[in-house]
This record gives sequence, C-alpha cells and structure tokens, in this order.
Amino acid sequence: DRSSGPRVSDTELRVYKDPSKDELPLLPEELVQDSAKDVTYICPFIGPVRGSLTVTNYRLFFRCTDREPVFGLDLPLGGLSRVEKIGAASSRGDVSYGVVCKDMRNLRFVHKEPEDSLKKSVFEVLMKFAFPVSNNMSLFAFEYKQVFPENGWKVYDPLAEYKRQGLPNESWRISKVNDHYELCDSYPATLFVPVTITDEELRRVSSFRAKGRIPVLSWIHPESQAAVVRASQTMVGQNGRRCKEDEKLLQAIMDANAQSHKLFIFDARPSVNAAANKMKGGGFESEDAYQNAELVFLDIHNIHVMRESLRKLKDVVYPNIEESHWLSNLESTHWLEHIKLILAGALRIADKVESGKTSVVVHCSDGWDRTPQLTSLALIMLDSHYRTIRGFQILLEKEWLSFGHRFQQRVGHGDKNHTDADRSPIFLQFIDCVWQMTRQFPAAFEFNEYFLITILDHLYSCLFGTFLCNSEQQRLKEEVPKRTVSLWSFVNSQLEEFVNPLYVHYPSHVLFPTVGIRHLQLWVSYYIRWNPRMRPQEPVHQRYKELLAKRAELQKRVEELQREAANRMASSSSERAGSPTRSITPVQTFV
Amino acid sequence: MLSLGSVGAKSTKPSFVSYVTPEVSFHAALYLRCEVEFCSANPILKYTQDDLSQRGVFGTLFCTNFRITFISDEKSQEETTKTFKNKLYGENDIPLMFVDHIYGVYDEKRKLITGALVKNKYPSKIIIHCKDLRVFQFCLTYTKEEDAKKIFQGIAHHCLEEKSLKCVFAFSYTGTPSPGTDISPCREMQRKRETILFDSPEDWTQEMKRTKANCRLVTENENFELSQRLPKYFVIPSALGDLFSYQGKGFPIWCWSHYSGCALFKASLPPVTQEDGDFQKHFDIMINAVAHNYLYSAKTEDLSESLPTIQDIQQSYNKFKQFFLIENSTDFWLSDMKWFSSLESSGWLDIIRQCLQKAVEVVECLEKDNTNVLITEEEGTDLCCVISSLVQIMLDPYYRTLMGFQSLVQKEWVAGCHAFLDRCNHLHQKDKECYSPVFLLFLECVWQLVQQHSPAFQFSETYLTVLSDSVHMPVFSTFLFNSAHHRESVLKAESPLAQSSPLSCPTVWDWSVQFDSKAQNYFFNPLYSEKVKHEKAVRKPHKLKHQRQLSLPSTAFKTPFKKGFFKDETDSLKKMLRVKRLSRWMGSPDSTAAISREFYESWQQRPLDYHGLLLPCLDGPAVRVWMQRYLRWIPEVHILGGGSVAVMTKLMELLSQVQDLKRVLEQRDSSQAAKPDHRPYIQHRLLSFGSSGRLPSSFPFAYSRNRSFKPIIPTGLMQCLMLTDSLASQEDEASSFVSLV
Repeated sequence: DRSSGPRVSDTELRVYKDPSKDELPLLPEELVQDSAKDVTYICPFIGPVRGSLTVTNYRLFFRCTDREPVFGLDLPLGGLSRVEKIGAASSRGDVSYGVVCKDMRNLRFVHKEPEDSLKKSVFEVLMKFAFPVSNNMSLFAFEYKQVFPENGWKVYDPLAEYKRQGLPNESWRISKVNDHYELCDSYPATLFVPVTITDEELRRVSSFRAKGRIPVLSWIHPESQAAVVRASQTMVGQNGRRCKEDEKLLQAIMDANAQSHKLFIFDARPSVNAAANKMKGGGFESEDAYQNAELVFLDIHNIHVMRESLRKLKDVVYPNIEESHWLSNLESTHWLEHIKLILAGALRIADKVESGKTSVVVHCSDGWDRTPQLTSLALIMLDSHYRTIRGFQILLEKEWLSFGHRFQQRVGHGDKNHTDADRSPIFLQFIDCVWQMTRQFPAAFEFNEYFLITILDHLYSCLFGTFLCNSEQQRLKEEVPKRTVSLWSFVNSQLEEFVNPLYVHYPSHVLFPTVGIRHLQLWVSYYIRWNPRMRPQEPVHQRYKELLAKRAELQKRVEELQREAANRMASSSSERAGSPTRSITPVQTFV
Repeated sequence: MLSLGSVGAKSTKPSFVSYVTPEVSFHAALYLRCEVEFCSANPILKYTQDDLSQRGVFGTLFCTNFRITFISDEKSQEETTKTFKNKLYGENDIPLMFVDHIYGVYDEKRKLITGALVKNKYPSKIIIHCKDLRVFQFCLTYTKEEDAKKIFQGIAHHCLEEKSLKCVFAFSYTGTPSPGTDISPCREMQRKRETILFDSPEDWTQEMKRTKANCRLVTENENFELSQRLPKYFVIPSALGDLFSYQGKGFPIWCWSHYSGCALFKASLPPVTQEDGDFQKHFDIMINAVAHNYLYSAKTEDLSESLPTIQDIQQSYNKFKQFFLIENSTDFWLSDMKWFSSLESSGWLDIIRQCLQKAVEVVECLEKDNTNVLITEEEGTDLCCVISSLVQIMLDPYYRTLMGFQSLVQKEWVAGCHAFLDRCNHLHQKDKECYSPVFLLFLECVWQLVQQHSPAFQFSETYLTVLSDSVHMPVFSTFLFNSAHHRESVLKAESPLAQSSPLSCPTVWDWSVQFDSKAQNYFFNPLYSEKVKHEKAVRKPHKLKHQRQLSLPSTAFKTPFKKGFFKDETDSLKKMLRVKRLSRWMGSPDSTAAISREFYESWQQRPLDYHGLLLPCLDGPAVRVWMQRYLRWIPEVHILGGGSVAVMTKLMELLSQVQDLKRVLEQRDSSQAAKPDHRPYIQHRLLSFGSSGRLPSSFPFAYSRNRSFKPIIPTGLMQCLMLTDSLASQEDEASSFVSLV
C-alpha cells in the first residue's frame, strides 16, 4: 500500500478511501505529540476546510471532517521552513498561522487559542518539532528504525566505483593524504591524483586552493583517458600569488592524457565575480602561470541569485498562475535561464572531454555548489552508468555527498533560521537539470520522474540520513550510517516504482542535450504539483506498461497454443503433414 | 534535348536548353505530370542551414509552374533511405504556394522583395521563407549575370505576383488524369471507410442519423439559388419555414447534436447590437427556431465580439512565426534569450487559449445545461468553424479518429464554405485584408488537445503537421476554393471537356498521392487507446429524463409545444430569451472564466474516459508551442537520439509486436471462424528503426545529414544573463550578510 510507506504525499490533499478509520498511519518510532480539533485549513484551491490537526515528531497531519470525500494533508515536518502567527487574535479568539514549506507551498491555518493560557497551542508544539535542531533535539532520522531488505549505505564504495573506471592505472593513484580529513575536512578520504605528484606536494597545493580543496579526479574517459578533475578556486589574491606545486599538478593532469596537449579549466563563475574574488584572496588560474591551459568562464551565478530566482518562481506558480502573463512572469524569474547556463556549462565540459579528448578542471569558488552541478551533469552525459538507478545513487554519493556539498547548510535541516543566507536550492537545480535531460532523452534513463521527486521530497523530510550533515567527515562523526536509514534502502527495496519502462541501455552512448530555452520546460509536476488543475495527464509510461503486459499475455497464449499443437501433433503425428506450427515464426523477445 | 512533361504544356520557353549542362539536367523523371520549367540557373550556391560558416552546395536552381527546386551537383544518397518521404516534393523543393516571403540581399543589406522589381538589379543572395517554416538561402553571385537576373525575376514573378486561380498547378495537374486512377464504381462500398465529404444529401442524412438530430435537410440550394455563400446541402432547425423568405439574411445551420437532444448551430449574422427593428425581428425568429429544437432553450454567442478578429489572428501569427524562421545560429541564440517574453508578445498562444476557452464554454452549455447553442459571426465561416469543430472534437470521440477528423474538416470547413483561397492567400493578392491563418489556428487548438490527451486521438501530431503543410499544396482541390459554389463553378469552367463532367481534382485525404503506406503509418498515434467494447455504440446512454429536468436552470422554457405559439407569446418569449442570453454570455469575463473553471474542475475529478468528454487544461504552462511543426527545421534544437520520437518509435515497435502476436493467435485459433480485420488502417509492420537510438528529434521531417555527432554549444551566453542586482556580487559564503528575505 502506497500510503503506509514513508512516502511524501504527492498531491495537496489526499483522499481517504475509508473515512471511518481515523487512525493515523504512523511510522516506527513516530509519536503523536499533540492534536487539535476545529482547525480550519485555508486551502487556496478549494477554500476553507475544517478538520483536526495532528503533530507528531515526524509530520504534520490535517484531516478534514466537513467534506465528502474525506481528505487530508500529510507532510513531513522537515519540509517546513517557517511557522508563524499572522496578526493578532480576532474578536472570536481565532488566530491565523502561516506555514511556509521548502517544497513550493504555503499553508494557512486558523485556530482558536486554547482558553487555558497554560496549555500550549498545537502550533507551538508544531514549532518545536518542526525545528528540532534549534530546540536541541535530534532529527527524526536518528529515531526512525525501519528495516528494509536492502542496505542503502552499501550502495557507494569509492574503490569499487573507481575500479569500474579502470583506476588506479599507470597515471592515477590513490592518495591516503586525506585519510583522516587532515588535508581537507570537506573532501572524502579516498582521493585520486596523478602518480607523479607526491603527498607532500598535495599538502602544498592545499594551502593554495580555497578550503584546501585540491584538484582531484572525478571521472576518467575509458578510451581517451581524458579526465574530469574538480577543485576549488586558487588563492591568487590581488598580488597574483603562484604555487609551483599547483602548476605542476595541473601539468601532471594534462600529461596523464596522452591524446591532448591542452588542458581546459572551467571556472563556473561569471568572469566579473571571479575577478572580484581576487580582492578577498581568491581568484583563478592565470594563463601565464599555467602553460597550455585555457581558462573558460561559464557565467553561472552564485547561491544567492539562485535562491532569489526560486523565490520568484514560487510567487509565480503558487498558489495561482496568472494566465495572461504566464510566460513573461516565468521569464522574469530567470529560473530556466539559470538551468540553461548550467546545462550549457556541463555540455561544454562533456564536449571537451568526449569530442576534444581533452582533460578538464572544473571549479567555482569553493567547489561545492556549482562544481558538483557541472561535474555530475557532465558525467551523466558521458557515462551511461550514471543514468541507471544505482549509478545515479553512486553519482550523488560521490560528487555531492562525499565531496562535501553542504546539504545541512543549503537546506537548513531542522533549523528555524529561515532567513539564513547560506540556504540555496543548488541541489534542486541540479535535479531539475537531470529532469530536463530525461525529458529530452526519454529512453536513456533507467529511473522515472517519481524517482527524482522522491529524492527531492526526502532531501527535506529528514526521515533518512542520506542528506544530513555537510561532509563525509561530519557524517562519520555523527555516525549517520550507523544511526540512520539510507534513502537508498527505501528506494532499492521497491525499485519497480522508480523504473522507467521505456529505458533502453546503450552502453557507450553519450548524450548531448539541447540547451536552447525553447527546449527547456518548467518542471510542472514538481513545482506546480499542489495545484489540482495542473494534475499530470496519464503518462505515456502507463500506456507503454499496458502494451508490455499485453505483449507478455499474448506471448504466453501463443506459447501455450504452440505447446498444445505440439502435443496434438505428437499424438496424431501422421494425420496432418503440413502442420501450421512450422510456418509460424518464433516470437522474439526484445525490448 | 529534354522532354519536359510536354503533355498539356501551355507555354514552354525554349530558351532554357542552352545553358543546362547535361550532368545537372533536370531529369524528366523528376517532373510531376505536366510540370513545366520556366527558368533555371547554374551554378547556384545553396547555403547549408545547419552551419554558421556559410558553406553550401553548388547546383542548379529551377523554377517551374509547380515549384522552385534546387538540384545539387553532388549526388546525394540520403533520399533513398528516407522512410518518410513526400512523393510530390523533396527537401530541396519549394512548391510555389509554399513561398511566404522572399528577401534579397543587396550589398549586405536584406530587403523584402515585394514583386515590384527594379529592372536589371538582382541581389547577391536570395532568402526564401516558406509557409512550412523552412528557410532557404541561395547565392547568385557564381552564375552568369543574365541567368541570375532571369532566375531571380522568374522566382519573384511566379511566387509574389498576383495570379489567377487558373494558373495554380492543380489545374494543369488534373487536366490529364493518369490512366490508373479512375474512380471506383462501388463508391458506396468505399464510403464507410472513407472520409465523408458532405457533398451529397446522403452524407448529411447519415450524419443526422448518427447524432440522432431532429432537423431538416435543405436541398433547395443545390444549384446555389438561395445563396452562393451557403453550402450545397445543409441542415437547419426543423422549425424554420420557407428559406426563400429569409433570402439575403443568415440563418442557423446545424453543426452537431448532443445526445441529450440539444444541438449546436452556427449562423452568419451581423452583430446583435444593431438597433435595426427589421433585423431584430429576423434575429428573434432565428433564435426561436433554434430554441425550438430542444426544450425551448437557446443561448447565442457572437464570436466576433468575444474572440479576436481574423486580422488580429493574422498579425499575431505573423509575429509568432518570425521566431522560427531562423537564418543562422547567431540569430537563434540571440532570440533564445528573450524567448518567453517574445512568445507572449506575439499573443498567438493566448489566441489559442481564447478559442479553446470559448469552445469549452459552448461544450458546457451543451453537456451540462443541455441548452441549444447558436454561435454567430458576420461571415459565419471563420471562427464559427473553429469553435464548432473544437466543440465536436471535445464531445464526440468519433471526430478523434482519423477518418472522423477528416470528415469533420469536410463538414465544417470544406463543405461549410470556409474561404480557404482568400484566407491562405494562395494567389498572392496584394490586398491582405482577407488573409488569415484561421484553419491553422484550428489545427493548433487540436494539437493542444492531442498533446494533453494523446491516448484519446487516433491521429498523431505528425499527421497534423503534414496536414498544416498540405494546405499549401497546389495539387489538391480541398483547400483551393472560397466556397462550395466557387469550387463547383471553377471546376466546371476548367474542365477540358466542356459541358461534360467537371474537372476532378484529388482531395488532400487521398494521402497516397503524397506518401506511401509506410510513411502513412506515422499518421497514427501509437498511444491511441482504442475502444474495446461496444464499438458500434459510440454514444453514451441517455440520462434519466427527470434528472435532467431537475438540473435545468430556472429560466429554461418548459412550455409545451403548441401550434401558433410564436404568434401568441412571441413578445414574452423574446424578452425572456434575451434576458437569458444576456445573463449568460454578456456577463463579465471573469465570472464566465470562473464558471467554466468549475466545469473543468468537476470534469477533472471524474475518472478520465478517452471516449467521453474531453476538456483542455488552459492554465499558463499547459498551453504550449507546437514544437514539431515550428522547430523541425532548426538544427540547434534537434536532439540527436532523443525527443518524443524516441518514445513514439518504441511504442510503434511494441504495438506492431502486439499486433503480430494477435495475428498469430488469430491464425492459430482454428476453432473460431476467421474474423477479418475490420480496422482500416493498422498495418504496422515492424518498422526498421535499427538506429532509433540515434534519430534526431525532428524525425520524420528534417534529417541531420552527415553531421558529426557533436553537441550544439550556444554562443553569446555572456549576454544571456547579466544580473545587476547586489545578489550577483555577493560572496558564496554569506553568513556575514543580512538576508534580503
């Protein structure tokens, strides 16, 4: 049953088939904290509805009592970014509460304050449990103890993944320099570097790269040996500091690829911003210092611009869409333009690696926001393994989690400080880019749209440990793999839900998406999913699945008949000479 | 030297022979029947479209009475491998009626060629924009001055100058029917499977029977004695008396009957607001006649008041199409930046939305209120056709089949006297007042429905795209005339054997003229969910009568019918009718939108039945650009190995496998009598999609030819997003900054 699992409900209001049962389907370790009757939910689509509100240590649950069919709201508290009282109590003692969610919706409730002033209102309880970190409590993920047949923490084994790429080899070695996160606390323990560079040299390089994030290998082309290398910005500063070890490292990266005598350095930032960073000690590689290297700026804006863009997008799509100015409103958010720039950047990286057989170094400022966006998208274009369900999980574990995308900071798990300027929808933006690619190549990805939405829902839900903390080191320190369940345990235990039936596996198939804005679409089934009018039409997949089932059924019947005929033939072999069985070609099974 | 379709050639100019070199000779086999060459030039450089470097191919450019064609000096092999090939024109052919605009480049300056030419001056380059959105660029500087002049003037003359209908290629083409194509004797037998043309009383009777209409067939206009603007045969409310007494004024023409009994009518009527007593009287009689049809209820809607005019439609489309007539990569990436706002400023999607919205409102009257509806317009053959056809597609699943859809186009548009000749401006008349892509607007609306509810339609978007191109094919009679009378008189006059049978032109529905059967497979939607049960009974069972009456609005008329009703109660009836009419339609636009919003939402909550009522979602993101039609020739947006093609081809493969299996089973099932496959179309062979993983998204239209597998890297991204606000210059690690939220 879909509703009983740890699923974030995919519609605004869930209809209950059996209204007589009003028990809440609780997860293991989920406890009701408070509930109140006579709460009014001001639904922006169908108007005010009355019902009861329940708060557990995991979710907010509203169940309406005055409508047929009975329906409810069911959302994990992790998805809340702000809960606040709006205005003063009305003459009748009603108080309005606004709930701002991370998943593109705002909820509004009206509730009568309890007459006993000592008793806490259900919303005060809500505020406490919605932001456990701010209230010195632990996230629900640390309490949730469901056991799944699969163990998602075993999905990513760095050595196995690099081995799949054919590493180590004669040019690239494993370095243990960061084994205890001494070189760089936001990097993983396992690093691949050119064999010609010593650990001592790496230490020197680390002082020249922002936050010690040195250039290390992300991916290597199986044929040309062209490599995708990631890093943070160089600490050039205003005086144009140089670091000969860093120069040597980049030269070694270039030399590791015999096919090309050039190296491309992709700086994700707009050149103006990159130059401005020099004032603060940062900067970028000068082409004087790095011979044979060509520097390209990809003009992708920073986390603040992206946050603002998403905020504008929310205004445009929620709750109502202004029909007549929809397109110019959408344009004014710049959201799709940012998507275009990120995809275009990844495309240029993939093109240099695939068509130019050239190694590339990718960085932004710190190398944990725009850099993983670019490297992981380029890797999806280049390597079909990352388009499978498990491959995609490995990609996230590697490029995002192990290389220290600051999930805790960017999402603000359990933190009530909703105005924190470190929050930014960088990961959402990446998933959006992946979705754009799945739209352009509907048969190239093993996973479906629901898989991507599930990842985003549990990015916020705090039910699984996967997206907690800021780095591999922190996750180990907090014993996250030991104390929490991985999202992949849940996903891999019911894979059939996430499989794209149209998927065809082409082993060495490079995807070059079209980045023209004409081919980019707003992801309606994510951003506008709460609007009942925009409910998705029956997907093509449905029809495809039907056809697959139909084919299987027919095949079975054909085989039965063939068997039957064969039996009949055996029993009365001489009667009919030219039996039709032979003329029928065997049914092929290929998808 | 060359025998160029000399049969029936009217004015073959002999001069061409001298300068055509044998290697590039316009081979006789390339000619269509009766195609005549006007002029040619060699060498001409045709620029490769998918390339910024202005490279091209040398060859010969010809202009004939059918097309402009470029024949490359290089032998091309691609042609033979195409699975989707138009038999009448290839990728280097521009049928003359396809030409939309011609530009000449004079000293690096682009000028629109209008036909009035400066003698002795010819451009170095000609750019041809086609109505199917292809863009051709030919360089004239390599050829002899004399030839260049001749070909340029020839093309400009034949494509831009006003011409007479007689010069349209169709008349040379049909003049000499080829021996093989005679009309089948058992026409009646074929009828059932074919598109209904609505050119005979039987067709109309049949349609009335199908929809259980209770109306009267009019045969009085057989010889166009009533009006030349009216169809030959048509159906009117049975309450309407002698038509000759209303001569010169419009009257309601029946379009379709809802299963409840109420019906949709259209009429050519000037706006209601006219304070003309005589006209008002006439209008009231017409309304009464419509109301009489069922339950004494009627609503009228003046479309010219609530929808854009045909000039608005024309202007909007003109702006819109410019975004797709891309001449080079730089233009493409420049226009990509302001894509959404340019799209919005053209207003084209909004016009589509308005038409669909209006159709939904009419559907609501028929389906929910069970009220007769009369839509009016001054001419009665433009927006009336759009709205009535859309209403029928939404309500009647028959019109969502291929044959049903074609019959609908015949019924509402061709037999219904839409002025195709004027609206499409086939003759390049300078007076552009009457030029408007109304039929294309209708196809656009249908496409929106198709993309939203694909399984409900038997035809594919490829079919719609091909149909939108075929409007300009000067070979078919379907879209060539302004009315039924026009068609008949011209075909009679042009007949080679005067006084005997009229000229017979192929209809566009004979798709075999353009495509072989393999290519026609692409017209069928592999997603179509065919109705399995009760294939014969298309209509839903009647609702219980008392229920329906309970749901009637209070203003509905329930007065029992009696003779002399009009005489006794006309005044009160008129008043009530007008009140009702005004209350429903003239209300503020907001309230109408809100009501139909409710109608849509209640429909949406019900389980989706692809063989029942179908409504479009009209919210902003739901109305989209018809990508296949508009983006098919732009290499920058082709997705190699992707796009919906990837899904469709897979579905077609699977479907053909399922059908093969079914066939195997049918053969095996010896115990049962062999049932003939009565479906007319499905011949899905296992199509050879060996390389379906690498098909471009523009398939089956443009092919990326010999292009190395390289991505298209956008240019000019630097200008793309120059943000000037303070956020852009903030540091990433921003804990020190005060938040703006």
